[in-house]
Amino acid sequence: MTDIAAPAKPRSPVRYLLMATLRAFNANKTSWVGLVVFVLVVMLALLAPFLSPHDPLEQNLIARLKGPGDTYWLGTDNFGRDILSRLLYGARISLIIGLASTALALVIGSLIGMLAGWRGGRVDTLIMQVMDVLLAFPSLILGLIIVAMLGPSMINIIVAIALTSIPPFARIARAPTIAMKEREFVEACRSLGYSDARILGLHILPNILPEILVMGSLWLANAIRTEASLAFIGLGVKPPAATWGGMIREGFENILDSSWLVLAPGAAILIVVFALNLLGDGLRDAIDPKLKGEA
Amino acid sequence: MTAFLVRRCGFALVTLFAVLTLVFVLVRIVPGDPAQLILGDQASRETIEALRQRLGLDKSLFEQYSVFIAGALRGDWGTSLVTGRPVIGEVLNVLPWTIELTLLSLAIGIVIGVPLGVAAAVRRNRFVDYAARIASLLGLSFPPFVSALLLLLGFAIALRWFPVISGKNATFYEWYQSITLPALNLGLITAAYITRVTRSAMLEVLQEDYVRTARAKGVPWRAVIWRHGLRNALIPVITIVGLYLGILIGNSVLTEIVFSRPGLGKLIVGALNQRDYTMLQGMMVIYTLVVVIVNLLTDLAYGIADPRVKLR
Repeated sequence: MTDIAAPAKPRSPVRYLLMATLRAFNANKTSWVGLVVFVLVVMLALLAPFLSPHDPLEQNLIARLKGPGDTYWLGTDNFGRDILSRLLYGARISLIIGLASTALALVIGSLIGMLAGWRGGRVDTLIMQVMDVLLAFPSLILGLIIVAMLGPSMINIIVAIALTSIPPFARIARAPTIAMKEREFVEACRSLGYSDARILGLHILPNILPEILVMGSLWLANAIRTEASLAFIGLGVKPPAATWGGMIREGFENILDSSWLVLAPGAAILIVVFALNLLGDGLRDAIDPKLKGEA
Repeated sequence: MTAFLVRRCGFALVTLFAVLTLVFVLVRIVPGDPAQLILGDQASRETIEALRQRLGLDKSLFEQYSVFIAGALRGDWGTSLVTGRPVIGEVLNVLPWTIELTLLSLAIGIVIGVPLGVAAAVRRNRFVDYAARIASLLGLSFPPFVSALLLLLGFAIALRWFPVISGKNATFYEWYQSITLPALNLGLITAAYITRVTRSAMLEVLQEDYVRTARAKGVPWRAVIWRHGLRNALIPVITIVGLYLGILIGNSVLTEIVFSRPGLGKLIVGALNQRDYTMLQGMMVIYTLVVVIVNLLTDLAYGIADPRVKLR
């Protein structure tokens, strides 16, 4: 990673990143498994309108609470809506909220962390104390309260989840920034009179990006789980839109005789979160063997 | 030790104030008038005005803030808008349920997680290690309410070993019946986290020189692992457990809902559904207190586990 600032003709950064990514993936087969499953889920979500056997919102009151069968592969819910179609459409909401909130937290958190590490001193202490306080507060409770206060719309859910996941990104970006600050190539940039923004953005960021992105995949898993939890509590995107957590919430009322109502969406959440964890965990092993397995 | 303690208590106080301020701000950034929101569109001007006065919303922001902070510290958190009873009483009523559940889960997590993590680290890249890693990754992928539902479906509905609704504790048998599934649910997820941290911390420690020295001078391998290894690996484990308690408290909300168990979780969801703002505010204060106290205890645990910490 150090040869990014190499003199004379540097290798093409795109090619370098591609090769490094491939190496990281190959180091741990489980990350491939995670990636394939996740890409599959993304495809299913994108193709939901073509793949869904039924309209996810269409109620068929004659076919209420039907078990899995020929017409309805995964059965129907209390309103006679097709579970499979609702699962496919629900994947879209989970992924949009997960990706948007993680991206938001990643960008803001990394900026904060890099700034704290770069400035050092009091700014650093203050920022990190604030982050520690945020980190200490139970994120689900904080998310729950923010969504409850602002109202359960998609944007508000994204903001709430993003807010609760900023501190870990700030932490992960700060440590390597401090380490980089002392390196010769940064020294060189400074003596050339480059601006702080240029050094941070063009010279330090590429070096710490892999770690941040790997964290991103792990926090994407967390964001999807949090979204499902919020929806289960009743703070998801408003019904009748299909969300996985919301489906479990509705199915919970009929759990005694229609267990498929909670099993199908439960399995969906578990598969996506597990795939992302496999992906992120394998990659983290590859780029930093020292961090192996840390929660 | 005293200086260490004073510094940590100072930080805890600062944290407390910061979060209380955050709570104050959060409750007040609600779009629209809280009184209007609580009473609904049908309410008359007079009732809204009366409620505004009762909530102290007619005062200046600064006055509201000082009243709020003073009240929070004195234990006066207002009265529930729904039941009309003091918030603190309602909270204290259910707090033991949540504390009991959380502590028991933590104990289950430690009892399973620490030995499993040590075993995985010692037998690195062997079967135990792979099994422990996959199992723990799966464990921390489970949304707590999904795992709770599986336990409920399996052990309460299909096997009928436990009641579907838990929350009785008159006799020991009733207590055991009602707490087993919820505690197991949270405990297994906690174990997943603890296994992973213990494993990685042990892996690092086992490479240290002092471990080699201990082995070289003939200390039995078992003693090396548990006395030299684990003792030094405990610091990161305690850090993560301290941080994880926040997650555990959040997860207990979901578990309490699934098992219909009394506790802070059911209280906060009830307050959300009924738009009970004073109750919500009080809930956040109690969560803050819990978090601050847990952090303080974590710091103390550091001091006990590693005497070097005190010097810092």
